[in-house]
Amino acid sequence: MSLLELKNVSKIYGELHALDNVSLKVEKGEWVSIMGPSGSGKSTMMNIIGCMDKPTKGEVLLDGVDISKESSKNLTTIRRDKIGLIFQQFHLVNYLTAVENVMLAQYYHSIPDEKEAMEALERVGLADRAKHLPSQLSGGEQQRVCVARALINYPEIILADEPTGNLDEANEKIVVDLFHKLHSEGTTLIVVTHDPEVAEVAQRMIVLRSGKLSKEVVNKNFTGQIKLEK
Amino acid sequence: MTKRKMYFKMITASLMRRRSRMIVALLSIAIGATVLSGLVTIYYDVPRQLGAEFRNYGANMIFTADGDELLLDEVNQGASYISDDQLVGVAPYRYENVRINEIPVVAAGTEIEGAKLTSPNWSVEGEWPSQNGELMVGANVAENFRLKVGGDITVNYTPEEKETSDEVVVDNSIDFKITGILDTGGSEEDYVYMSLDDLQELTEDVGNISVAELSVSANSDELTAYADKINSNVPSVSARLVKRVTASETTVLTKLQALVLLVTIVVLALTMICVATTMTAVVAERRKEIGLRKAIGASDKSIIAEFVGESMLLGLLGGILGTVLGFVFAQEVSVNVFNSSISFRPLLVPITIFASIAVTAISSLIPIRSATDVDPALVLKGE
Repeated sequence: MSLLELKNVSKIYGELHALDNVSLKVEKGEWVSIMGPSGSGKSTMMNIIGCMDKPTKGEVLLDGVDISKESSKNLTTIRRDKIGLIFQQFHLVNYLTAVENVMLAQYYHSIPDEKEAMEALERVGLADRAKHLPSQLSGGEQQRVCVARALINYPEIILADEPTGNLDEANEKIVVDLFHKLHSEGTTLIVVTHDPEVAEVAQRMIVLRSGKLSKEVVNKNFTGQIKLEK
Repeated sequence: MTKRKMYFKMITASLMRRRSRMIVALLSIAIGATVLSGLVTIYYDVPRQLGAEFRNYGANMIFTADGDELLLDEVNQGASYISDDQLVGVAPYRYENVRINEIPVVAAGTEIEGAKLTSPNWSVEGEWPSQNGELMVGANVAENFRLKVGGDITVNYTPEEKETSDEVVVDNSIDFKITGILDTGGSEEDYVYMSLDDLQELTEDVGNISVAELSVSANSDELTAYADKINSNVPSVSARLVKRVTASETTVLTKLQALVLLVTIVVLALTMICVATTMTAVVAERRKEIGLRKAIGASDKSIIAEFVGESMLLGLLGGILGTVLGFVFAQEVSVNVFNSSISFRPLLVPITIFASIAVTAISSLIPIRSATDVDPALVLKGE
């Protein structure tokens, strides 16, 4: 059984088909990237997989459970327990320190554990910046805190929306290396990106166009590392 | 770290690390709490303040004889039923017909210190008598006899038994020094005032007290209770309220307290609107943060709990600040309006703080509830 399965999923806003009959399977431990131009339906797909939206038609099976029919209260619970989110804008709470931001995810999930949160920050190489506020961190550092927050509750899937969109080349590499590390530890990754270099690092690349799945590329030379110099 | 500890850390961090934003909200709450606390203090202090003011308008209770005679001791016995801290003064008056230059004048013998206290509004040119042999004359008497402060005068009295005898009458007389001329605009200007001792010496008789005037710092109900108690315990005394004074005092007090209460309610309503507006702005400003919290798994309940916690903490701080500033405000009003300082009411501290917390929490509920409608997907996309 696949960890995630989209069966003929459509999202329709009036006349607009943001997603049009899309089917997709993601296996446990897989690293999949989703590419496509603006308006291709990437964000809509991301929202549906991330339990922040429901499809108009079709089924979305996460760990065997059809989440397309769940109430928004249940979707919150599923999102909290099974999904780790990484955002392009980082979205850290600006009055909480790095470690407190990581603990925030624990707070909603179970019980805040500072030691565990520090270990998560250590994994992303930010143990020494734990007591800093987001405003005292660089963009790359903020994104790494966001990664630590996403992985703290051991989610089934990490969903990253343009995770390198606001980063320079050096930080982009750091974040992609982190993804590689997480993937090698067995984490399932779904990365939405505009950046072909980041997309091509994944095991499999899905290309969306006008809400339809237009191309699927399997990376036969998968290494999980960025190869090209910019 | 426990969940509770993290909860408190979050709400305190939100206030402490967003100081410039929160200070506006805190100020609006503190101003509301200040006015509220100040007005409530004034509301409860007005009777005391006005009572003191009204005492300037003279006695509000009188004793007369319930029968043939009323002695000074009986007046004092009646007055002893009134609490010391409420009894402002007692002035027993004995009136006798005397003569000055063979013209009849009414002499009032009294305890001068008591009369001063029960009639603080009397305007005296010169001084009140301070010892035996000194006399204060009413303005009309002074005009009729061309008397001046510092002058001497002989007061004559013919005892009743001598008036009817056939022998040659020798009047009792005492020479007085005039210390003051009384100007009240009332009938008091027709009398001469001396000490009870002088009048006793002049009449060679202890005599009856005609009337005793009492000034009591108490409301209408308390005065009635005192009068009833005195009437039932001191048979020779008939205690009555001076309706003219007590009724107007009650009317003014009731109206003033109603006005202060009305203003307090209006201020409370305005504070709620102000706090609700501020909290709406605070919540609107944090829509992204709410969206993020929802995206990482916060339930509506926990978001409401966090924001209510923050607003309650703001209410607590605003309430503490408001209590202190409210007392200063009430003190300023009291000093400027009533010329006297206000008494601190410890009970008002928890009441103001509780009201401040409740008002902030209640007025925050609507914007906070709307905050839970934030769609995390929309907010996180920056739409």
